[in-house]
Amino acid sequence: MSEDLKIIEEVTGSDYKYGFVSNIEEELAPPGLNEEIIRFISQKKNEPEWLLEWRLKAFRAWQKMKEPKWANIHYPPIDFQSLHYYAAPKKQQRPKSLDEIDPEIRRTFEKLGIPLEEQKLLAGVAVDAVLDSVSVATTFKEKLAELGIIFCSMSEAIQEHPDLVRKYLGSVVPYNDNFYAALNSAVFSDGSFVYVPPGVRCPMELSTYFRINAAKTGQFERTLIIADEGSYVSYLEGCTAPMRDEHQLHAAVVELIALKDAEIKYSTVQNWYPGDKEGKGGIYNFVTKRGICKGPNAKISWTQVETGSAITWKYPSVILLGDNSVGEFYSIALTNNHQQADTGTKMIHIGKNTRSRIVSKSIAAGKSNNSYRGLVRVLKKAENARNYSQCDSMLIGNRCGAHTFPYIEVENKTATVEHEATVSKIGEDMLFYLNQRGIPTEEAVALIVNGFSEEVLQHLPMEFAIEARKLLAISLEGSVG
Amino acid sequence: MHNEKQPLLTIENLHVAVDDKQILKGVDLTIYPGEIHAIMGPNGSGKSTLAAVLAGREDYTILQGKVFFDGKDLLEMSPEERAAAGLFLAFQYPVEIPGVSMLTFLRTALNEIRKSNGEEPIDTRTFLQMVREAAQLLGLGNDFLQRAVNVGFSGGEKKRNEILQMAVLRPKLAILDETDSGLDIDALKIVANAVNSLFGTIQSYLIITHYQRLLNYIEPDYVHVMYDGKIVRSGDKTLALELEAKGYDWLRSETLSSIELPSTTT
Repeated sequence: MSEDLKIIEEVTGSDYKYGFVSNIEEELAPPGLNEEIIRFISQKKNEPEWLLEWRLKAFRAWQKMKEPKWANIHYPPIDFQSLHYYAAPKKQQRPKSLDEIDPEIRRTFEKLGIPLEEQKLLAGVAVDAVLDSVSVATTFKEKLAELGIIFCSMSEAIQEHPDLVRKYLGSVVPYNDNFYAALNSAVFSDGSFVYVPPGVRCPMELSTYFRINAAKTGQFERTLIIADEGSYVSYLEGCTAPMRDEHQLHAAVVELIALKDAEIKYSTVQNWYPGDKEGKGGIYNFVTKRGICKGPNAKISWTQVETGSAITWKYPSVILLGDNSVGEFYSIALTNNHQQADTGTKMIHIGKNTRSRIVSKSIAAGKSNNSYRGLVRVLKKAENARNYSQCDSMLIGNRCGAHTFPYIEVENKTATVEHEATVSKIGEDMLFYLNQRGIPTEEAVALIVNGFSEEVLQHLPMEFAIEARKLLAISLEGSVG
Repeated sequence: MHNEKQPLLTIENLHVAVDDKQILKGVDLTIYPGEIHAIMGPNGSGKSTLAAVLAGREDYTILQGKVFFDGKDLLEMSPEERAAAGLFLAFQYPVEIPGVSMLTFLRTALNEIRKSNGEEPIDTRTFLQMVREAAQLLGLGNDFLQRAVNVGFSGGEKKRNEILQMAVLRPKLAILDETDSGLDIDALKIVANAVNSLFGTIQSYLIITHYQRLLNYIEPDYVHVMYDGKIVRSGDKTLALELEAKGYDWLRSETLSSIELPSTTT
């Protein structure tokens, strides 16, 4: 309770505060995309032949695909040949211990509030830090290994646990799933890998912090999380990028696999650089996130707070294959200035008695455009499937837009699907009421938006919720004038 | 009688319009610390406009006149500066803030006011004690404090909530805008009792009401009658009774007969 207030007080007039550039020597692949570059990346990472083949298949599929144009977002064409597809801090070897990390990299993460020394970290959070294309550090690995939990970079998993990677990579998001997923499959450089063995409840939050640093690069990370039977894991993801004038492309893929009785909770606080007030620069965020409840009674829960990026295109989804499995999607998407977001979820009910719940809160300010797009699909065999969707939009000012595109496809008569939607505006009455109680307008807006988002915020782990509240307040500064 | 004291609120010849329609046509009023004033008048006479203008609502155009609060030019101050200076308005129609608990709201308000006055944020223990006492005074349980501001509150709860906020924020001057409307007799007594028991901590009240009913429980030092944007008559509490007995029509005839009317109390 008191936390909310402290945070709102802390918020002072500041712009994007993660916009700094670190001076780290990087190794860059030449710009452009062709089979040579893909071989180069694969070789750099010392990958097995099957993976190179998989990448090449993806590349060939991608070449035949077209950029999707159905989303409610508008941007000039992206020149995929002008981008660098590989950027890595120059130091050849990944440091063996956390003490060996390049001090500049260490400082970068410290500035972001992510100290890479275990003793300084929050006791309950293990961190994988990803800078540009590579994972630079993973904390608490040994401690987790005692329980049989694997938490490492994707590159490492490919070397150390090739069977697991081969079995599950692309099993939820196939290499040719969509334009951006195919691109990612061809050129992904790193990301996080998690495996939780049967019956193990992961004792700490696992977290990956993504940071884009290099200019004119794309970031294509790939995350794979497998929760074996009866296990539980909570995973957090945070992201920031420097302020640059040009747009940068981020096209990630996340795959979650929850086996029988397993539960995965995946939380994101996305704060990529959104561009300046005139809409110059900012990250293009085209992300494919999907989970599968493979066995009965499995549960996957997505919680996202999306405040950054010039463009957000992202639909974390759940395939409810196992009987009695549960999918959840809790989302706050905030857009300001010229930001555009088209985000939502897909809940695919296949198993019997499957349940899904969608709570989406969209906040639009400035000249931004914010769309919720969601699909609830109940297949023939999904007896007694249930879905509840709630999509609330809040408008700040009158130059922004909020849109809701719900798609419902039901092939089984026993299904119950509910959809509720509201649109509200921060009115002068509300602001005056708070002003009259001594609360200045910016703080009042933060209070109102936090209240509006409360239902979603409460699903975030404590530390993340605090961060998210701050972000919501900061992202709206200057939006009411 | 109050020559040694500085007035808390001085309104001089205030003319106010909204959408080109003049509502206030020369209001004069002076309130000293330790006084309770009541403004009565028929609907549309400008009572609530006066309250809104004093609190700093933006939809109004000040055509003429001056207002001083505690020695400062009130009309130059933002609504939150006025609140920090100790001016409180109990709203006639309180606003709902979904998802924001009463505790969060009260603490934010209190700390913003403290910050403006160069004070440290209040510590949690003192705050909770203060809020619980205030809730008790208004006959509201602790669970009330967990609820979202005004969301799903009954009419009576909304009005009591305004007084709860007043009890926590402890202003110098509280303006109660038709706080009595929509209250049943029991709730009215609770509110009146709270207002009376806070008098002293809160230096002065300006009570705006349509009916005399509330004034049976909160005894005003002065009663002013507002009619067509002006204070047309001022007196002691007996004026309220007279008004109640004769009705507002009586005023109309008096005003029309253009009798010289006192416009201030001092």
